[in-house]
Amino acid sequence: MTLKDLKVGQSGRVKSVGGEKALRRRLLDMGITPRTFITVKKAAPMGDPIELLLRGYVLSLRLDDAQSIEIATESEIKKPKDSEDLKSYDLCACGKSKLR
Amino acid sequence: MTFALAGNQNCGKTTLFNQLTGSNRHVGNFPGVTVDCKEGGIIGYKSVKAVDLPGIYSLSPYTNEEILTRDFLLTQKPDVIINIIDATNMERNLYLTLQLAELQIPMLVALNMMDEVRANNGSIDIKRLEQALGIPVVPISATKKQGITELIERALHIAERKIKPKRVDFCSGAEHRTIHAIAHLIEDHAQRIDLPARFAATKLVEGDVPVLEKLGLTENEKDIVEHAVTEMEIELDTDREAALADMRYRFIEDVCRKCVVKIGESREYRRSVRLDSILTHKMLAIPTFLFIMLTVFWLTFGVFGNRLSELLEDGITALGVIVSGALTNFGMNPVIHSLIIDGVFKGVGAVLSFVPIIVTLFFFLSILEDSGYMARVAFVMDKPLRKIGLSGRSFAPLLMGFGCSVPAIMATRTLGGERDRKMTILMIPFMSCGAKLPIYALFTAAFFPKYQALVMLGLYVTGIVFGILSAFIMKKTIFKGSPAPFVMELPNYRFPSGKTVLLLMWDKAWDFIRKAFTVIFLATVVIWFLQSFDIRMNLVANSADSMLASIGKFISVIFEPLGFADWRVSTSLVTGFVAKEAVISTLAVLTDSGTAEVAENYLHTLFTTLSATSFLVFTLLYTPCVAAVAAAKRELGSLKGMFFVTLYQTGFAWAAAFLFYRVGRLILDLH
Repeated sequence: MTLKDLKVGQSGRVKSVGGEKALRRRLLDMGITPRTFITVKKAAPMGDPIELLLRGYVLSLRLDDAQSIEIATESEIKKPKDSEDLKSYDLCACGKSKLR
Repeated sequence: MTFALAGNQNCGKTTLFNQLTGSNRHVGNFPGVTVDCKEGGIIGYKSVKAVDLPGIYSLSPYTNEEILTRDFLLTQKPDVIINIIDATNMERNLYLTLQLAELQIPMLVALNMMDEVRANNGSIDIKRLEQALGIPVVPISATKKQGITELIERALHIAERKIKPKRVDFCSGAEHRTIHAIAHLIEDHAQRIDLPARFAATKLVEGDVPVLEKLGLTENEKDIVEHAVTEMEIELDTDREAALADMRYRFIEDVCRKCVVKIGESREYRRSVRLDSILTHKMLAIPTFLFIMLTVFWLTFGVFGNRLSELLEDGITALGVIVSGALTNFGMNPVIHSLIIDGVFKGVGAVLSFVPIIVTLFFFLSILEDSGYMARVAFVMDKPLRKIGLSGRSFAPLLMGFGCSVPAIMATRTLGGERDRKMTILMIPFMSCGAKLPIYALFTAAFFPKYQALVMLGLYVTGIVFGILSAFIMKKTIFKGSPAPFVMELPNYRFPSGKTVLLLMWDKAWDFIRKAFTVIFLATVVIWFLQSFDIRMNLVANSADSMLASIGKFISVIFEPLGFADWRVSTSLVTGFVAKEAVISTLAVLTDSGTAEVAENYLHTLFTTLSATSFLVFTLLYTPCVAAVAAAKRELGSLKGMFFVTLYQTGFAWAAAFLFYRVGRLILDLH
């Protein structure tokens, strides 16, 4: 599934990033790299673009562009092995839970 | 000595620049405000200047701002780079830091918004961060002026001793091996063109075309590079660009885990979420937005701006009377007298009276922009605007166009992407500006007394419809391709700083005044000349005998198919180029009707209801006034663009008016 398929309130982890060259690089530069944890916070009143929370900041993205981001859903990755890993990449991925 | 300020958008870079230099600079919370680099001397340090570079997220070769920044850094070699980082958003901000470090220019990190981090009970281990990055770090708060002196002193120290970033390796494994192998291979080439080998190697791994071309590698070397990269891609099971982005973010995640203590969601974030629960709400977003905009317009055109404009106009008129009296006493040649009073004072005065409106409008808009609201407007309006080939960010300038095209065109500077900016500038004149209102008022009162409001509304809608039509045409012809990618940060709402807003107002007012005394001054003098002399260069007593009137008569042929061939009408349209209000005043002068009421009666002898409608459509759409055209020239960056705006609008207006008139005639004939 892609980021476009996530409903508002749902989260997922990036599997891979596709898209046209300049756009793709922009997405990567903005921190949408493999394994990044992304939550869809909101959709604009007309359903597009969407508002995302990642790496502790808010980013907006068009659905068309969101479609080029492959996502592994929470349920997909919630195997016992991964749960530890998931914590350390929490919303504010700046080591919030580990350091305190 | 030069300090280069580099950093992400919304990191407080321009605020710091304002604090350092005290000069006028536009700061906005809207991503991408500063487009070109601006300079300013640092207060208290003679011979030290600061350069404000565009807000960027990376040094990729894909956007103008990023290319501009890296070229500036590599060719101008500033003595030190001050990399400003938003301490509340470390991960994404450090991404640029790692790329800047590769340039091997003396550098230090200004950790901005530390006050916010502390207020949220967070902390950042500065010593550890310095160690991890190999770059000195100074915590500051640009808005509260904390740590600025220390920042300058440290920067001077680093610049004098040329202390370069100690660390360039942020990698391990396959990326590491590839980058190092390539760095060795191309070292000579890089040295020859004065490029840091490590930077060049990383860019080659990323597949950066401009750097590859500059290096001038042999075919053999190119093959080796490509081979190494392909091997890395296979080993990592990903592609070159993703591999390096991932490498940097992995390093950053590790640094942040060690140095940053962040306690959950910050107060600022929670406040933003609360505000957004209304401002970007599914149902409430658009009504709230319209309400805010109407309030701004009402305050600008109804309360402050207009009153101030009238005051300024009165002031200029009074000054004109004094100067006129003085010139008469002095016995000045009547022609020069007329030039100064009728030309300069009337013309430039009329345009200068725009200044309060522009300043007031920018005052409110910069508050909205600085607070972070404009980014939300773009977010909300992106979908409808995309249908006509624009992006959400174009919405605010277009809306301002209903007030005055000049600030609207000036506001397009905040748009990302050349194509979006040009398209927006060309669409703004279709939004009927405030100065056309007196024309509509007079004509609708004369011809549609019962349906005045409805006809006026109809005109506005007509403008919008034709604007959309024009955008469609452009999308299919000169501006093919898709709108700039909309990958935009929604920054937390912040309280706009007074200094920023005031500096911005000053900046815009100054920009406009400078224009008023160059392009607009020239245009008004030309119009004065045409209005005061006949073809034989005799001074005319009655402007009906002037060259302008001759031109009016000459071009009136053009308007015949539109239903209004009278030379007085065409002359008034020519003067409307200086300012749209002038259409009415010229008509009044040429028809010898002193007041609006008389003119209203006179109009019936010049127009039928149908030709009046056609005239209104023409005035709605034809060339923007000289002030707007001058603004367009500046923002489009070419004289060609300026002529295009003038001719395109006039052509469009003619075609539209022709259509209205002919279809109207057809319907009337059928009855």
